[in-house]
Amino acid sequence: MGLFILRRVGVMILTALCLTYIVFFMTNLYPNLEKLAKTQGNFRMSDEAVASWLDKRGYLQSTPKKYAEWLGVAPSYRYEDPDGKVIGRCIDPGVDPADAPNFCGILQGYWGYSTVFKDTVASIIGTRLGLTGILMFWVFVLMVPTALILGVLAGMREGSRTDRTLSTISIASTATPEYVSGVIFIALLASSRFGISPILKEWGWIDGRTLFKGTATSAMENPNFENFFLPVLTIALYGMGYIARMTRASMAEVMTAQYIRTARLKGVKFSNIVMRHALRNALIAPFTVIMLQIPWLLNGVVIVETLFNYKGFGWTLVQAAGNNDIELLLGVSVVSVIVVLVTQLISDIGYVFLNPRIRIS
Amino acid sequence: MEPIGFFDILTRMAVQFTPVWISLVALFALSITFKRRLGLYGKLFDSTIGMIGFALVMFWVFTGVYAGAFDMIATFGPLEQVSGMKNKLPGTPLSGAEAGDYPYYLLGGDNLARDVFSRMVKGAWIVVQIAPLATLFAFMVGITLGLPAGYYGGKLDTFLSFLANLILAFPVILLFYLLVTPEIVMTGLPQFMATVLFFFPIIFFGVLIQSRYRPQPQKKWIWLAAVLIPLLIVYISAINAKGSKIAFSPIDLFDIPPGILVVFVSVVFVNSPTVFRIVRGLTLDIKTRDYVAAAQTRGERPWYIMLWEILPNARGPLIVDFCLRIGYTTILLGTLGFFGLGLPPESPDWGTTINEGRKLLAVYPHPALPPAFALLTLVLGLNLLADGLREESLRD
Repeated sequence: MGLFILRRVGVMILTALCLTYIVFFMTNLYPNLEKLAKTQGNFRMSDEAVASWLDKRGYLQSTPKKYAEWLGVAPSYRYEDPDGKVIGRCIDPGVDPADAPNFCGILQGYWGYSTVFKDTVASIIGTRLGLTGILMFWVFVLMVPTALILGVLAGMREGSRTDRTLSTISIASTATPEYVSGVIFIALLASSRFGISPILKEWGWIDGRTLFKGTATSAMENPNFENFFLPVLTIALYGMGYIARMTRASMAEVMTAQYIRTARLKGVKFSNIVMRHALRNALIAPFTVIMLQIPWLLNGVVIVETLFNYKGFGWTLVQAAGNNDIELLLGVSVVSVIVVLVTQLISDIGYVFLNPRIRIS
Repeated sequence: MEPIGFFDILTRMAVQFTPVWISLVALFALSITFKRRLGLYGKLFDSTIGMIGFALVMFWVFTGVYAGAFDMIATFGPLEQVSGMKNKLPGTPLSGAEAGDYPYYLLGGDNLARDVFSRMVKGAWIVVQIAPLATLFAFMVGITLGLPAGYYGGKLDTFLSFLANLILAFPVILLFYLLVTPEIVMTGLPQFMATVLFFFPIIFFGVLIQSRYRPQPQKKWIWLAAVLIPLLIVYISAINAKGSKIAFSPIDLFDIPPGILVVFVSVVFVNSPTVFRIVRGLTLDIKTRDYVAAAQTRGERPWYIMLWEILPNARGPLIVDFCLRIGYTTILLGTLGFFGLGLPPESPDWGTTINEGRKLLAVYPHPALPPAFALLTLVLGLNLLADGLREESLRD
């Protein structure tokens, strides 16, 4: 087991290195750098001005060299003005170049500086990740129990009418991407002119103009039911169907097992069979699926945060990518790649723990 | 003229869709009559869920074909703007209508005074063209790499699986943002990726024919020439575009607009690793069967076993996954449109229209809702179809 985890961690690090290198390479292609120079400097820069601007900041070195600097395994680039002023990645404004460290990269804990938000990447990612964490927490609170209940109810009597109905519901929910359900929810529940809000208002059931808020910007300081339910529901709905279907399949399989038949022949009550005998074994497969669902939710988070204007991690990704904010984008991709790989690892290890029949050699 | 009511709008839309209804009825009547002779496709008509799904899918396919290729159904052009129709509600009569114009905006006007109904219908054509084709390419890539990975195993498998996991670990949207920007299109990267990805069908068909007719060289060369020469011409025309990084060939039958090409390439790129994993898993399972051992004992070549023994026996799960994956590709195309990536902003495809409509969503929801429902029903149809197919293919 120890060896297995060690090997997986090794592969993980290799994957993370490859992926960040790809992101690094793509963001450092010359047209992207040119765009960066023009947005940072001014838009009417000539080609020579762009080249010298980039050269001063060390962007024109070879990509592997720059990558090593960003990683913190090579001394970072410094440029000396004709009048003796030294600028470089590691030298913060107002710090004497002699005191600044030679190496500054991810390994030294220096994530870089965002050119769009004018802040250090580490602090941006920290706050944004926190906001997304709150969102994800409520998504899980809503999604996991609902999906498991749907799946268990559908799977305990395979082929029954309940099963058919619930399965169709879960298919429908997997077929509804976030940008579709989000748009429908806003139009139905959060529009002051259409949908049910004007009706409820007329009946005097709601105080505000709409039942829910169409944006979640205010939820960043003060999340409450009114401004946070729609984004949470939108993400949860898309992931729910898949987990429910997996739970159903696994439950249906367990219900045909020998020991369940034995229990029925003994005359155990049906509810007891489901709760005591079937449930535990039926929940092993969904556990893996739930863990692997996290990377999928990341996509949903990006869409929903953009749609509802909730300035979390996904929103930051869109801003960083849209403006070619290289260091922020790299930071964001490091975090998301780590999230994906760690969830994969946890799901593998958890599967072994939950299912004693599986041995890893 | 007065705006028309809800039922009038529905009736008029139903009338616009007349060619689609006729085709659907004809298709279903024919299929149900001959369902016993049609194999798996015929069995689909034994399951209600599968039939509903198939009807939904074919509805949008017919709509796309009639609206896109024959210019029926749509009441206005997708880019036609009529002054005074900006953000008008569904059923508003056309302002300044002349003889021969359709008298109403059935689903209202968008913020640029274009007809929402016509744009939704035209959008179907873009989706119906790109999604199945991109999925097919992803399958070609996935099958061509997945079969040897599963069959040979070893270092090849380790390497390819690592690559697949690498791409899968990428958040899809980040990948899209990295690939689908004008700056990246300028560097020619999507074209180079197309050069690699589009080559897989040629390899696939080449090996398919080579392994089948190896003992009969004459037949083999005829087949190879008949299949590969057209494919190569299409391939060269597809990757070659005047004034871009790849512009070498004198034969250039058509140019793919760079926006479409980059969208296509990135969707294929994102989908192929999953297909690869499925094919690899199926191959690992099937290669332990007796008929594979029999073929090995007969002395068949590995590629013959992979393509003519293993692949046909993996077709059930692959067909089901193909349906699901077209749905997923449709979702991805919508995602690209939603973030305004790739396709031009005036394009009538559903994702872009939803993106346009969401800016004024709380005040004017009507431009965003029709494409949203269209996308929802198409993907739902594909999922139900896959479910029906799965059930029917498991039955025997």
